[in-house]
Amino acid sequence: MTVSAMEQLYQQLILDHARAPHGHGLVPAPDGDAVGESFAVNPTCGDEVRLRVALRLDDGRPVVDSVCWEGQGCSISRASLSVLTELADGQDAATVGARIESFRTLMHLRGGGLEPELEDELGDAMAFAGVAKYPARIKCALLGWMALRDALTKVGVHPEGTE
Amino acid sequence: MALVMTEKLGTHEFAAVRADFPLLARNVRDGRPLVYLDSAATAQKPEVVIDAEQDFYLHHNAAVHRGAHQLAEEATELFERARESVAALVGADPGEIVWTGNATGAINVLAHAIGHASLGRGGAAAQRFALAPGDEVVVTGAEHHSNLIPWQELCARTGATLRWIPVSDEGRILTNRLEDIVTDRCRVLAFTHASNVTGAVTPVAPFVARAHDVGALTVLDACQSVPNLPVDLHALGVDFAVFSGHKMLGPTGVGALYGRRELLEALPPANYGGLMVEVVTMESATYSMPPQRFEAGTQMVAQAVGMGAAAEYLRELGMDAVAEHERGITGRLLGGIAELDGVRVIGPTTSDQRLAVVSFVVDGVHAHDVGQLLDDAGVAVRVGHHCAQPLHRRFGIAATARASASVYTNEADVDTFLEALGRVRGFFGVSDRTAVAR
Repeated sequence: MTVSAMEQLYQQLILDHARAPHGHGLVPAPDGDAVGESFAVNPTCGDEVRLRVALRLDDGRPVVDSVCWEGQGCSISRASLSVLTELADGQDAATVGARIESFRTLMHLRGGGLEPELEDELGDAMAFAGVAKYPARIKCALLGWMALRDALTKVGVHPEGTE
Repeated sequence: MALVMTEKLGTHEFAAVRADFPLLARNVRDGRPLVYLDSAATAQKPEVVIDAEQDFYLHHNAAVHRGAHQLAEEATELFERARESVAALVGADPGEIVWTGNATGAINVLAHAIGHASLGRGGAAAQRFALAPGDEVVVTGAEHHSNLIPWQELCARTGATLRWIPVSDEGRILTNRLEDIVTDRCRVLAFTHASNVTGAVTPVAPFVARAHDVGALTVLDACQSVPNLPVDLHALGVDFAVFSGHKMLGPTGVGALYGRRELLEALPPANYGGLMVEVVTMESATYSMPPQRFEAGTQMVAQAVGMGAAAEYLRELGMDAVAEHERGITGRLLGGIAELDGVRVIGPTTSDQRLAVVSFVVDGVHAHDVGQLLDDAGVAVRVGHHCAQPLHRRFGIAATARASASVYTNEADVDTFLEALGRVRGFFGVSDRTAVAR
């Protein structure tokens, strides 16, 4: 029972991402990109992340060129940042905004189900579904997503909904 | 429990103590027996404390220090008797104990009162407290945010300068820096009696001696010491001290500010309103003698009564016996952790001058993840910076996990904790080869 509860929370995908996270390390944005940066902290544990998003215009639509970040945090927050990087890179900003909102919905489900199309959209991020059962850890999983949301806002992209 | 105060308790008697705490019998997370090792954050309550608070509401509830009816008399009697119990526990006179909402509230009351004196309030007698540019307030690098931020703000309001005494690699305050940091410019020296992170107990005497030499007031944060050690404030010779009810087995919502009588009499109020006044006109007011001068508004009477019951409970156990019991727990915690690979204690690694408050880091695993696995084994520890960010920064870490004990902690608690802690690195796949070299 013990093992299963913890294995449900710490799925292999989360542990793998935490160990070798994507997007870790701040790199300069490609020339001509608009850059948004955000600094987010989890005041309960002192964890922090500085996240940078680079946007380019593709046929007049803003597209996420790259996401990178640095900071310190637990396995949940690092893995979440890593998955978020994968899900945002190369996507148009509106899709990324929608994914941020879907991930927030997932974190506040408390045992309910997510609509199948949202599950598809979240992909690997569905591995964090178990976090919703541990209210103290939701902030860990959300830290990077909220930083991304803030960084996008700074370059004029406003994901739907407000906190 | 009916125990003679001076009787020394052995292991057997402390096993009986555990039965006084109803909450400890519950299970958590899929039916695992609770192992509560978060007493430095807040302690569990013995039945006598819960009963005292309930009894007050069931039979004696009334406004204190006003009204001439029988209930008012009873409530006032219980309220003041609780003050006597708390005073007796810490070696103070009842008139030197001011009720506050918690220890943080107590430090803020003191800092605000000093701020008011700095503005000229309280007349000539209060000028001994006044701060001005050029004056210094000295704290230490080991302080809880509660014994740091109120002083930062007081300095910002008065123009005084904040300085601090650093902490050694073992987490002890560097007493040998007292002389060069606490100078003639120092007016207030505020320091913890025992760190809520490292567990290190501060030798109070050199602090008091140095403050006396330079004419500074001493303020002792006794939150962690009062529940776990014999504390005699008169013998320690500090000017002010603060501690909370909930950490010493009492209710939340109540704490205490201790001040030497002569100082409380000269100190202006921090908060103003009902109950702390003598004569009020439309233009001005005169203020009560302490401690009422610092107790504006309706007080937390039921909680104070509960805190009094907690003080009596601790006095019955005997604080020498409590300290000895917890020294055993400290040794078992430190010894067990020392045998685990990749676990490093932040603080002294021997039981000498140290509480059973043990913070640690696990190489390669974040404190939050450590806490989650311990929780899954039914073990409650604290994770994070424990309201001491500067101290964590001093050690170059953002967060630690912390196991802390109280009178009811037993060896089985420690063993369950150590067993679960021993499995953490394996679960997260951290081997010694991949561990961060330190």
